[in-house]
Amino acid sequence: MNALLNRYPGDLVGAGAIALGFAVDWRLGAILALWLVAWRANTALAGFGTPGVRYLVPAVFGATLLGLWEMTVQLYDVPGVILPAPTDIAARFAASTDILWADFVQTFVKGALSGYAIGCGAAFATAIVIDRTPFLRKGLLPVGNFIAALPIVGTAPILVMWFGFDWQSKAAVVVVMVFFPVLVNTVQGLAEASTMQKDLMRTYAAGYWQTLFKLRLPAAMPFVFNGLKIASTLALIGAIVAEFFGSPVVGMGFRISTSVGQLALDMVWAEITVAALAGSLFYGAVALAERWVTFWHPSQR
Amino acid sequence: MKRLLPILTVVAVLIGLWYVAVAPMNIHGAVDIAARGGMAVTPEAPAERREMGGWALMVRNTGAIPLTYALDRPQLPAPHQVAVELWDTTVEKRVTSRRSLIYHGWITLSATLLGFAIGSALGIALAVGIVHNRAMDMGVMPWAIASQTIPILAIAPMIIVVLNSVGVQGLLPKAMISAYLSFFPVVVGMVKGLRSPDAMQLDLLRTYSASGAQAFWKLRLPASMLYLFTSLKIGIAASLVGAIVGELPTGAAGGLGARLLAGSYYGQTIQIWSALFGAAIVAAALVGTVGLLQRVTLRRMGMGE
Repeated sequence: MNALLNRYPGDLVGAGAIALGFAVDWRLGAILALWLVAWRANTALAGFGTPGVRYLVPAVFGATLLGLWEMTVQLYDVPGVILPAPTDIAARFAASTDILWADFVQTFVKGALSGYAIGCGAAFATAIVIDRTPFLRKGLLPVGNFIAALPIVGTAPILVMWFGFDWQSKAAVVVVMVFFPVLVNTVQGLAEASTMQKDLMRTYAAGYWQTLFKLRLPAAMPFVFNGLKIASTLALIGAIVAEFFGSPVVGMGFRISTSVGQLALDMVWAEITVAALAGSLFYGAVALAERWVTFWHPSQR
Repeated sequence: MKRLLPILTVVAVLIGLWYVAVAPMNIHGAVDIAARGGMAVTPEAPAERREMGGWALMVRNTGAIPLTYALDRPQLPAPHQVAVELWDTTVEKRVTSRRSLIYHGWITLSATLLGFAIGSALGIALAVGIVHNRAMDMGVMPWAIASQTIPILAIAPMIIVVLNSVGVQGLLPKAMISAYLSFFPVVVGMVKGLRSPDAMQLDLLRTYSASGAQAFWKLRLPASMLYLFTSLKIGIAASLVGAIVGELPTGAAGGLGARLLAGSYYGQTIQIWSALFGAAIVAAALVGTVGLLQRVTLRRMGMGE
């Protein structure tokens, strides 16, 4: 017994927990059993060194969470107005793809993407301008850092008032939100090229613009992409939250706030699924672009 | 001093730009009021005025420009109007008054701090688990990173409403959103920090025949402090955003978010701006406090500069 306990302490504790769970309530026991079986399988999987494991383990973990969620809702009869089951959400998602697509276009394509492009472009250009004057750089960087930490979503009511209820005001909120993270990171990145490298460029008789395009911008790219990645998650948040302050009768934020009011939580979760997918794909696209542009950086090799 | 001058210049320029922007932004409202007061304005028809741009209207009605800085409900309040409102609602009002910004700020701050405490404690615990368990590392970490790309704030209204219907009210629902937002920066930063000792240092501890727990307390934890504090700063700023957004739905009675929403419903722009600046001051104070804690802690650990 002792030898067994030394060899598999976790399993014995787990078995004890399952037994206790069944003793209290068979449903609790069943949920605990699923969790432990999945956990054992994952631990065993993680022990293999094959490359596919890197994708398999998180997939199993995610599937386990979904299974536990479904089981909890079904076994305990949780009402749909508190927590709908994953299958209900999937059904709702499949049944209302046209509404979800319209919301996605309104909020993500029109609001978030256009704001992201304008905001990041403006921040990038501003960074190159202030980089030319050290005085501005010394003054703007602390201010920019400070503003980047502020709750900028709070400007949403003001911008909605200025630009109206349609997607323009959402794009404006996104512009304000993404501007400072990208600015601060780009300015930092432009300072990245070392004196030795800049001197080398000077010995080649390279002008300011040549140095900028051939040395300093490429050297800044890891930092720029860091800012772009932060901004990609902020963009969707900004566009959705801005819709809480007024929107046309389409859009992800609008749908979420009205569906909450109607207690149609399966719709809310379907909308969240869309947001999660869009956010992850957007982030993934930026990360992919980063791999492609900064292939030389140690973190990408 | 050398750093202060450029910063002050930039701030002064920003305030200057703000003052310049006030006149064209508010000129429509100002001219309307002037016309109602019997002043001669060009053009006379309100519909024509609405068609015109701010600058053009300003040039034609130079007499109305001073009015733009003193409107009750301006499109863009002037800096001094916001400053006066901030002073009125903080110093002049009793702290318990519903019109006091300190009262609303405290409601938001308490939710922020509670959520931040829960979130960072859970985050540190999860990070320790991830570093010490391979299955957890491979299973949980990708989800922790992916979840950062998901607009958590979008779920905020639902969490509030659902918890309300189960009977959980007051501080806790908002604190849970704060906790959720501060959770992941802390996990990611802490995992990075706990992994920051290099192989050489870990090998050295092994030659001392140190146990896993000893390696944790004597090497990994001290090495992680810098990373931890950096992510705590991000986390506490995110917590504040979470608490404010958590106050938006359900028409919460108090808090900075409720002030924002009420202001936007009733067109009280000065109130919106003062709530916004109130939030900025709270954010700066919170991040500054964590920064101070970082300096004190690191110095006592002998890692200060």
